[in-house]
Amino acid sequence: MSELSVSKIQNNPKYHDLVKRRDSLAWILSAIVCVMYFGFILMIAFTPDFLTQSISSDSVIPVGMPIGVGVILVSCILTGVYVRRANSTFDPLTDEIIQESLK
Amino acid sequence: MRTLKTAFLATLASATLLITRLANAADVAIPVTPPAEPPINWHAVVMFTIFVAITLVITYWAAKRTKTATDFYAAGRGITGLQNGMAIAGDYMSAASFLGIAALVYMNGFYGLIFSVGWLVGWPIILFLIAERLRNLGKYTYADVASFRLQQGPVRTMAAIGSLIVVIWYLIGQAVGAGQLLHTLVPQISYRQSIVIVGTLIIIYVTFGGMKATTWVQIIKAGLLLGGATLMAIGVMAHEGFSFEKLFSDAVAIHPKHMDIMKSVVPIGAKANPIESISLGLTLMFGTAGLPHILMRFFTVTDAKAARKSVLYGTCFIGYFYILTFIIGFGAIVLVANNPEYVTDVTKSILALKGGGSMPAVYLSHALGGDLFLGFIAAVAFATILAVVSGLTLAGASALSHDIYANVIKKGKSTEAEEVWVSKLCVVGLGILAVLLGIAFEKQNVAYIVALTFSIAACANFPILVLSVFWRGLTTRGAVLGGYTGIFGSIGLLIIGPTVWTKVLGNGPAIFPYDFPTFVVLPAVLIVAYIASVTDHSESGKKERAAFPAQEVRSETGLGAEAAATH
Repeated sequence: MSELSVSKIQNNPKYHDLVKRRDSLAWILSAIVCVMYFGFILMIAFTPDFLTQSISSDSVIPVGMPIGVGVILVSCILTGVYVRRANSTFDPLTDEIIQESLK
Repeated sequence: MRTLKTAFLATLASATLLITRLANAADVAIPVTPPAEPPINWHAVVMFTIFVAITLVITYWAAKRTKTATDFYAAGRGITGLQNGMAIAGDYMSAASFLGIAALVYMNGFYGLIFSVGWLVGWPIILFLIAERLRNLGKYTYADVASFRLQQGPVRTMAAIGSLIVVIWYLIGQAVGAGQLLHTLVPQISYRQSIVIVGTLIIIYVTFGGMKATTWVQIIKAGLLLGGATLMAIGVMAHEGFSFEKLFSDAVAIHPKHMDIMKSVVPIGAKANPIESISLGLTLMFGTAGLPHILMRFFTVTDAKAARKSVLYGTCFIGYFYILTFIIGFGAIVLVANNPEYVTDVTKSILALKGGGSMPAVYLSHALGGDLFLGFIAAVAFATILAVVSGLTLAGASALSHDIYANVIKKGKSTEAEEVWVSKLCVVGLGILAVLLGIAFEKQNVAYIVALTFSIAACANFPILVLSVFWRGLTTRGAVLGGYTGIFGSIGLLIIGPTVWTKVLGNGPAIFPYDFPTFVVLPAVLIVAYIASVTDHSESGKKERAAFPAQEVRSETGLGAEAAATH
């Protein structure tokens, strides 16, 4: 990696746009996962009665069970969301930036 | 070069000698087979032998294609996203999570789900923050990334110590698990022999086949484990008329604690403790993102795009698997508990199983599909241990050879070939160490091992990695002081905590009352790293901050990243 292409990239507004957009998506998605998971953990810690009540009067299944499985499923879906955005938006942008730095 | 080769051959020879001696010593210790001994489970033995034969053929194939250091550590960076996703799943889904979560659910019901969730949610974080940047910045180990713009010696040493402690303790847990499992299933093989078999196989896989063989062992094992768990879950659901309501109400009816298994958010019998729950949550999530053998997998793929894809596949496989283990645990309550064939003494406890606490999933397979299915699941569980131990051994060896030997001792001046020979030497050494420690820990309570490894990974490896990638202000002083705070803080608090202080050492009430120290140590690491960095006015500190933009360009665009091998 030559110093010339590094400084070219740093002076390219597209690069800053890429970093800003990708980092904000990454941190927002991380925050969603953390809020969701630690929400679940805090409910376990402070309001276990809410999680352990049955989902309906004729069922033994506690509310926490679909919530826990939901956290797993949403985590998988969010990784899919990130990969989709990265493939469709960030990769082409990265390629452009690298091409322009080599000119 | 020559001396290294000779040293390697000499160690290999002495390892062979030592291992045969250990195995034979065990033979002498066993009395002549009494007629009452249960018959050999031929299904398990045959299926396990087939697995070993296939993996040895793969190792032979991989060995012929492993020529350079990149081949050895990173499978020539030729692994595709899907393959790496499977290998990630194979590396991560340990026997502890398969047999362990099923056993937790079997004993405690709903509580087991907290582990399933906690062990999964680290993966999205790895994808969003770590995977692509790791691939762009590193070569073989996560220490490459942590020390990218910092001083090689101190930062790599700290990172390698963190890696090695995690790897060695994780190895002990796996070795003890393997010994107990194989010995219970095939009583003719002693505990020692089981561990010696595991040690020998992983030394062969890793020294000859390197990362290529390790990856394929993990891929095959992931396929077997996902397939086996799927069959078990289908079997359970078929028995329960494909109704979750019936599965759970049957479990509540049979389990001696009845509705408590749906109402308890702590192990049944334990007192609810909010801080412990939060600390457990932190440890599981961030520990996953700091396991050296997992992070190492991202260097095997062609580029950042493949790294990203592999996490998506890996997360889906692992999430699916954890949901299955939950069904398997409840299935075991219905089909295994109270069955005199599996329970030690039904009149005393309908839960206590022959062969110990980790057996519910294994016996469930017998209840569902007889000896044939039991043999299959037992072979899968054993394959699981082999795959995880291979990944761990390679990660430990690379911390020693690539970080400590090549970059700290030789300061980057050793040749690639020398580095690989040192690495192979370390593999043999770690393999022998795992065997010896596995034997030493036979009768020990190994429950705290998960807490230890995940705590150090969450408190030392993970925060320093994230800070070095994202925070311009981090300097060598901050990384090193922060990292050691994480390592020694976790170890210290674990030693004076309830599991080690009270249960292992028998010293009475613990000085630090929590099992998981992460909620104290992780914030402490961040504070120490921050203060030590911002108060660092040295010239080298200024240079390190000034080097951040160039690191960021490589980390974000992949320009200058290690290329895939062309052969």
